[in-house]
Amino acid sequence: MIDLTKKAGLNLNSRHRAEQRFRWAGRSAIAISLMFLTLMVGSIAITASGSLRQTQIAVQVDLSADNVDPSDPASASYGRLIKSGLRSMFPDVTSRRAKKALYNLVSPEGSFEAARMVAENPDLLGGTQTLWLTASDDLDLYLRGKIDITLPEKQRQISEAEVVWIDSLQAADQLRRVANWNFLTNGDSREPEIAGILSALVGSLYSLAVCFALSFPIGIGAAIYLEEFAPANRLSDLIEVNINNLAAVPSIVFGLLGLSIFLGYMGLPRSSPLVGGMVLALMTLPTIIIAARAALRSVPPSFKEAALALGASPVQAVFHHVFPVAMPGMLTGAIIGMAQALGETAPLLMIGMVAFIVDIPDSILEPATALPVQIFLWADSPERAFTEKTAAAIIVLLIFLISMNLIAILLRRKLETRF
Amino acid sequence: MIDPIITARGVDIFYDTNQAIHNVDLDILPNKVTAFIGPSGCGKSTFLRAINRMNDLIPTCRVTGDMKIAGQDIYAPAVDVVALRAQVGMVFQKPNPFPKSIFENVAYGLKIHKITDSKTEMQDRVEWSLRSAGLWAEVADRLDQPGNSLSGGQQQRLCIARAIAVKPKVILMDEPCSALDPIATAVVEELIDNLRKDYTIVIVTHSMQQAARVSQRTAFFHLGTLVEFGDTKTIFTTPEDERTQNYITGRIG
Repeated sequence: MIDLTKKAGLNLNSRHRAEQRFRWAGRSAIAISLMFLTLMVGSIAITASGSLRQTQIAVQVDLSADNVDPSDPASASYGRLIKSGLRSMFPDVTSRRAKKALYNLVSPEGSFEAARMVAENPDLLGGTQTLWLTASDDLDLYLRGKIDITLPEKQRQISEAEVVWIDSLQAADQLRRVANWNFLTNGDSREPEIAGILSALVGSLYSLAVCFALSFPIGIGAAIYLEEFAPANRLSDLIEVNINNLAAVPSIVFGLLGLSIFLGYMGLPRSSPLVGGMVLALMTLPTIIIAARAALRSVPPSFKEAALALGASPVQAVFHHVFPVAMPGMLTGAIIGMAQALGETAPLLMIGMVAFIVDIPDSILEPATALPVQIFLWADSPERAFTEKTAAAIIVLLIFLISMNLIAILLRRKLETRF
Repeated sequence: MIDPIITARGVDIFYDTNQAIHNVDLDILPNKVTAFIGPSGCGKSTFLRAINRMNDLIPTCRVTGDMKIAGQDIYAPAVDVVALRAQVGMVFQKPNPFPKSIFENVAYGLKIHKITDSKTEMQDRVEWSLRSAGLWAEVADRLDQPGNSLSGGQQQRLCIARAIAVKPKVILMDEPCSALDPIATAVVEELIDNLRKDYTIVIVTHSMQQAARVSQRTAFFHLGTLVEFGDTKTIFTTPEDERTQNYITGRIG
């Protein structure tokens, strides 16, 4: 008699329980990691959301011919005009110290903004105009309730008088919040309200371009040679062991190497994306070689055999049949290496890419900084408002990373041959 | 008496220190199908691969003795394996079309050997190869489809078409039907018989029926030695050696 529902005797119950336990362990591991990921990205995103918008302040600026020469508006002293505009809005401010506090409501960038507005729109000239200028970071923080005004005056960033001014400005509708494009179009600044990510973003892009241009061809070439052509001897084994070891060397060591060889010996420009890219290339090479070799090894040997049996030379067999099939895998390895390079700070510190860079670099030879270094610099800044900038920069870095991975996946889909 | 196209005299093959083939003397006659039979591990595939030097891919493999094709020593230092393999094609046990289109698969050999640059000539040659392999009718309207979209039997015939496109003198087949069903096997066997007119074929097979059906000459290998070699009919009806008799009657192997 066969009883298919019988459970006893075959230890079925405990086997099923073990299966269930394993399944739940796996699911909870995934749930926990997802939770932490959400927590991390969520908290960064919430902090970063503060820098999505910025506060502008309406200032009456006298642009009459007395103050601004209509034939050469760029020569005017807009800073002085903005200050007098502020004074006219609060005529009862007289002491030097109070005036200074009043002027600080507008960002130091305000005078450049005013000059730009006039240059773009000369019709503004000839009378008193209301100009919307970027407000200081403290004003912005106060407006968003980020400054605790119950604290004693000495312990907070803004004084009692400033609170009164800001409240009255708000009551008079002279404050507004606008989208903060500055963050994406400006370089770094000592003033958080106008500090932007663009110089670091461009620096990272240049460095990665150099890194990819160097490490991809060299890495793939080395992998193909080692995997397909190198004789199996002691030297090849030694090289293999060393490549695996190099992949585990701390990245700062590569920075030191770059410092002494690329900067010290070869005399390449310091702080430049060229040197940054070269150092990152050294660092990513082992990763790319290891991944590319794994990709080459996964190609069925039958393709190569078939080509050789037809009379293809070894190089033809590899480049016509093995290489195209391994390409998607090699590309994935390269992108993983690039992603590592994108997030790398330590080696860049060593070669001087930690500089305070305001201007957007125009070439790979100009001083630049990189996204992770910028994050490091901002996280180190004392101004409260930089906390939000730091978080926003992290988000930019993550978006950069995700889009890189996306491109890699799309490329792989396109190249992948089914067999 | 016809002159043999391939002659082997005192051939020994080693993997490291392990000898796989012991002192084999063998003549392969042109435009005949020669079958190598014998139990697994008897060295018949090793010997087959020595003919177009596919064993070169195995670093530890060493061939000594005298192996000639059309009077030229295959292992002479001056021999270019590329030229050798252009004359001695090979079909493998598992169908292994390239992950490319059917057309590209057949045209590959023509391209690397620069046999023709003209597009129409290339197309004609591909069509001729596919027709010779009896595959044309089945694939004529889908030459741009991937080679691996075909069935197993069709893939194997595609591999045969690929091999004959470069017009070799000899085609080596290493158990070409072992991955195919009986119907596909019958088609390939018929094809082998047709190809005999233009090519010399050496086939390794595990199936004694297949050897009896397709070959004119049969070589029986056992434990790395060539036990008996002669006309297929003789081998299967009146074998001289007891081991051959035992193998073909199913007592060993």
